[in-house]
Amino acid sequence: MDVILNNRDAFFSGFLLTLQLCVLAGVGSLLLGTVLAVLRISPVPPLRWLGTSYVNVFRNVPLTVVFFFVVFALPTIGVRADFLQIPGLDQVFTRLGIQLPYFRMAIFALMLYTAAFVCEALRSGVNAVPPGQAEAARSIGLTFTQNVRHVVLPQAWKAAVVPLGSVIIAMIKNSALAGFFGLTGDLSATFQQLVSARGQAAIPVFLAVAAGFLVLTIPLGLVLDQVERRQAVTR
Amino acid sequence: MAPTRPDGPAAGEAEPAPAAVATDPGEPMIVMRQVDKWFGDLHVLRDVNLSVARGEVVVVIGPSGSGKSTLCRTINRLEPIGSGQIWFDGQELPAEGRALARLRSEVGMVFQAFNLFAHKTVLANVSLGPIRVRREKPAAARERAMALLDRVGIADQADKYPAQLSGGQQQRAAIARALAMQPKAMLFDEPTSALDPEMVGEVLDVMTSLAEDGMTMVVVTHEMGFARHAARRAIFMADGELVEEAPPAEFFAHPRSDRLKDFLSKILTH
Ligand SMILES: Nc1ncnc2c1ncn2[C@@H]1O[C@H](COP(=O)(O)OP(=O)(O)O)[C@@H](O)[C@H]1O
Ligand SMILES: [Mg+2]
Repeated sequence: MDVILNNRDAFFSGFLLTLQLCVLAGVGSLLLGTVLAVLRISPVPPLRWLGTSYVNVFRNVPLTVVFFFVVFALPTIGVRADFLQIPGLDQVFTRLGIQLPYFRMAIFALMLYTAAFVCEALRSGVNAVPPGQAEAARSIGLTFTQNVRHVVLPQAWKAAVVPLGSVIIAMIKNSALAGFFGLTGDLSATFQQLVSARGQAAIPVFLAVAAGFLVLTIPLGLVLDQVERRQAVTR
Repeated sequence: MAPTRPDGPAAGEAEPAPAAVATDPGEPMIVMRQVDKWFGDLHVLRDVNLSVARGEVVVVIGPSGSGKSTLCRTINRLEPIGSGQIWFDGQELPAEGRALARLRSEVGMVFQAFNLFAHKTVLANVSLGPIRVRREKPAAARERAMALLDRVGIADQADKYPAQLSGGQQQRAAIARALAMQPKAMLFDEPTSALDPEMVGEVLDVMTSLAEDGMTMVVVTHEMGFARHAARRAIFMADGELVEEAPPAEFFAHPRSDRLKDFLSKILTH
């Protein structure tokens, strides 16, 4: 127990950094995944092909390999995920702006990987919307973009929210890989740091780090159960 | 491919708007010439030639699977055709793109399954097109939508969601949604087939009043009462062909082809 109390600041800041990582990667995945889903249902064959290829690649490559690629391969061609140094946002998420790229790289890797799953969850939601909805939208003259935005996606969301939640929960757990790819100070790096470098007792540290992840994932799971139950009632 | 692909213009949206074509009142609203269409090996439309005059109401009758829905859906290019030509209001149907979306906004379509937007209120269903396609001011669009809902007799349902309405009310809302675009013609694909019998009348009443107001209409229906009262012409369709056509009274009293005689004998015994 002393191990936990003595290192509570490290655990707490680790929790906060993991939380930041998950919020940013989650939002990024949802945005990129939505774009991919729109590509996959678009009437333009090359765009559909692009969306499908992306999903096939990132859904079938291990996350570790994606991390490896982003953290070690991309910098060799000059990509350091600098596009994530978003002015304003880096005031709140201070790690975004710093010179060392590992926080941004972790977001980027998680986002690239998770977006493929977000896309598929959304697409299953789109498939749950009866074809007559999109047809009626076309018949009053809505363009493809208007159709997606005002008719198809709002209804697809409803069917997709539970699978999307599962995707985000998986992403939160996956974020633990970041500590093994250069990121310092998140929950998984704190675990390594305390146990390997400082020789603290592994079991209490494990319990504290696991609790940090559970605090993130369990409430999300409960919310999803609630949504699912409500949907079952209204169906 | 995803069954709900919201097919529509995405590529090549940039072409300029064509100058408004002055329309000749003597020119037909809808012309189909030598139209053929296949679904794979299935020849669903066979050398279809059809001309619908402005203000004319045409009823299409025929057995299930004969291609009536497909015929309707080719007129606003929800289904592209294999060969032949289709003109609407003097203009040949454009390929995918903004021009096609504009054309579709001028052709009202009413579906057998209503297809109201399930996540929007009845009022939002009716005003969506005017606001998004015609760029009307939302307040003005809603006001006009209310007037249309009043016209079809469901103004009191405006704030409900489609699932809360009866089938007849939903179909009337769907007609109001199509009318909100101020279409030049309306296509009805078996608008009363999904309704309980006691609700058929309320929908046919709305359609009859539209016909009386001079709307150009193509109506796929087996409602002979409507055909007799409201239509100028009845067309019999079988196996993808327009087999026979006549003014409704003659069509039902003196069918010429054996196939129509046979078909009428089947629906008349019910
Ligand atoms: N999207 C489609 N793909 C393949 N076959 C279709 C499709 N839509 C309709 N068909 C077939 O085309 C034929 C005509 O269909 P339809 O136009 O719906 O006839 P109707 O409205 O007269 O009942 C039917 O045999 C139907 O199964
Ligand atoms: Mg049909």
